[in-house]
Amino acid sequence: MAVEQTLTGAGEQTRIHNIGYRNYDGPRLGRAYARRSLFSQSLRGAYGLGRSAKSKVLPMLLFGVMCAPAAIMVAVTVTTKLKDLPLDYTRYAIVMQAVIGLYIASQGPQSVSRDLRFKTVPLYFSRPIERGDYVLAKYGAMASAMFILTAAPLFVLYIGALLAKLDFSDQTEGFLQGLISVALLSLLFAGIGLVISAVTPRRGFGIAAVIAVLTISYGAVSTLQAIAHAQGSDGAVVSWLGLFSPVTLIDGVQTAFLGATSAFPGGEGPSTGAGVVYLLVVLGLIAGCYGILMRRYRKVGL
Amino acid sequence: MIVTESLSKRFPRVTALDRLSMDIGPGVTGLVGANGAGKSTLIKILLGLSPATEGRAEVLGLDVATKGAAIRERVGYMPEHDCLPPDVSATEFVVHMARMSGLPPTAARERTADTLRHVGLYEERYRPIGGYSTGMKQRVKLAQALVHDPQLVFLDEPTNGLDPVGRDDMLGLIRRVHTDFGISVLVTSHLLGELERTCDHVVVVDGGKLLRSSSTTDFTQNTTTLAIEVTDTDEHPDGTRALRDALHARGVTTDAGGGLPGAGHTLLLTAEGEDTYDLVRDLVAELGLGLVRMEQRRHHIAEVFRPDQARHQDTDTDGQRKEAVHHGG
Repeated sequence: MAVEQTLTGAGEQTRIHNIGYRNYDGPRLGRAYARRSLFSQSLRGAYGLGRSAKSKVLPMLLFGVMCAPAAIMVAVTVTTKLKDLPLDYTRYAIVMQAVIGLYIASQGPQSVSRDLRFKTVPLYFSRPIERGDYVLAKYGAMASAMFILTAAPLFVLYIGALLAKLDFSDQTEGFLQGLISVALLSLLFAGIGLVISAVTPRRGFGIAAVIAVLTISYGAVSTLQAIAHAQGSDGAVVSWLGLFSPVTLIDGVQTAFLGATSAFPGGEGPSTGAGVVYLLVVLGLIAGCYGILMRRYRKVGL
Repeated sequence: MIVTESLSKRFPRVTALDRLSMDIGPGVTGLVGANGAGKSTLIKILLGLSPATEGRAEVLGLDVATKGAAIRERVGYMPEHDCLPPDVSATEFVVHMARMSGLPPTAARERTADTLRHVGLYEERYRPIGGYSTGMKQRVKLAQALVHDPQLVFLDEPTNGLDPVGRDDMLGLIRRVHTDFGISVLVTSHLLGELERTCDHVVVVDGGKLLRSSSTTDFTQNTTTLAIEVTDTDEHPDGTRALRDALHARGVTTDAGGGLPGAGHTLLLTAEGEDTYDLVRDLVAELGLGLVRMEQRRHHIAEVFRPDQARHQDTDTDGQRKEAVHHGG
């Protein structure tokens, strides 16, 4: 009885607009489309777009902080007519690593912990989309967001360098090397950030854990490197130590292959031989992160 | 719509489904079982998300083991647990879920607006879900299962956590999903009483086994039980007994609580129609007792397979028919 009453009640309210239920016979675009949609939604979400105003503040702020030094350098270069940019393209991300770390720590958990915490994941997997699509879309979106964050200031530097009429081929080469380096960095950081975030449904833990992993590993490695350097060990010890933190890994790869000057103590990065090991470790870590995420979502499933 | 053949699912320590064979046609089908009876496991297998240990199953004529993706495109699923992020609005959330089902952006928005209206969410659909009542959240969950216009929808305990009015609303809505939208429904519950009013067909599972599968008309005949509680007065120091004797005198048999809490002070009898309510009211007034409570009891699943209970109800009905004639005359 009660059922009928409420139904007629609802019916009266909507009578003017009620045109009855319409079936959907339009196209259903399937898995690939769903994966693309999830990718773009996650990428936009990583900058707070399509979310509340409050959640736009931090990513946008970090993006501004990331680009501001580049703009200042360009201004200095143009006004004082320097012969070269004050900072190499490849060095920029290493200098700004704290900002990059904060960004992945804040947005990684946002991207995956929410779905875990609010148990939205089963809703995805009850649709055509599959585990692999979900992981690929989330990983791709996070890496792309990181790439936008790290490549934008390089772009500012490059435009500025051209405006200051610095040597075109030099600048282009440096810019492209920088782009490759930040692309690797984005993949690596996004992987590490997502794996850590996907372990815990609590966003706060995720943020703390990502920051801890990035800063502690970097702090430990650079301290050990400094000690090794001060005690007069050869460059090899210093450079092998660099394998143990994400930032020094990227530093090593770009020193060996991308013509960068190493930020290691003594300024001596890994040789080409050691560089191959560095590159393999980076690629291994990226693949490993992807694998761990796939495993993780097999358990969460439904 | 759904066919299973000796479908089994064994986990290392438990057997969730044990050689379950059934054939479910179009319409609203209730899947009843106690917690842990294997309902959710069955839904997972039917969605192609969890392989069966043995046996096979088909949904919409597609094999769950090989055509999982095709099934999930045409089927909707409403989980039992909370699954809504609190910081987005119902509209945004359902649009996103529609796109995850493969609907193009414009169609996703149109279908979302339509579906939310059909489940009864109006202006509030633009507010963040975090501020919704349980009833509204259940509607959003239902909307996301319907937004891609599936042919079949799985609703896992949709009335969980709702108050009686919310329950009735939700059950009415589920009925409409079939009658108005033309979508077949498989709805699970551990309460038989609420499903028998909504479903065309009820399947009872227990311990992963099929206990009973029948059309609801078989169930609904005698199942409205009235619980009555009365006060004692000086004239009748034991009001309950006085009422029971009076009812017996009129040929209505009663059941004293059946081991339920407060038994002894509660009379249970089967209501055939309005007449029974009138009879109780008149008798209570005649005896000068205070009527504390007269309510419909929801049936517990156990009653379906308690044969003595069923016999009880049959005799009740006979008595009542006689009574109804008396009373009418």
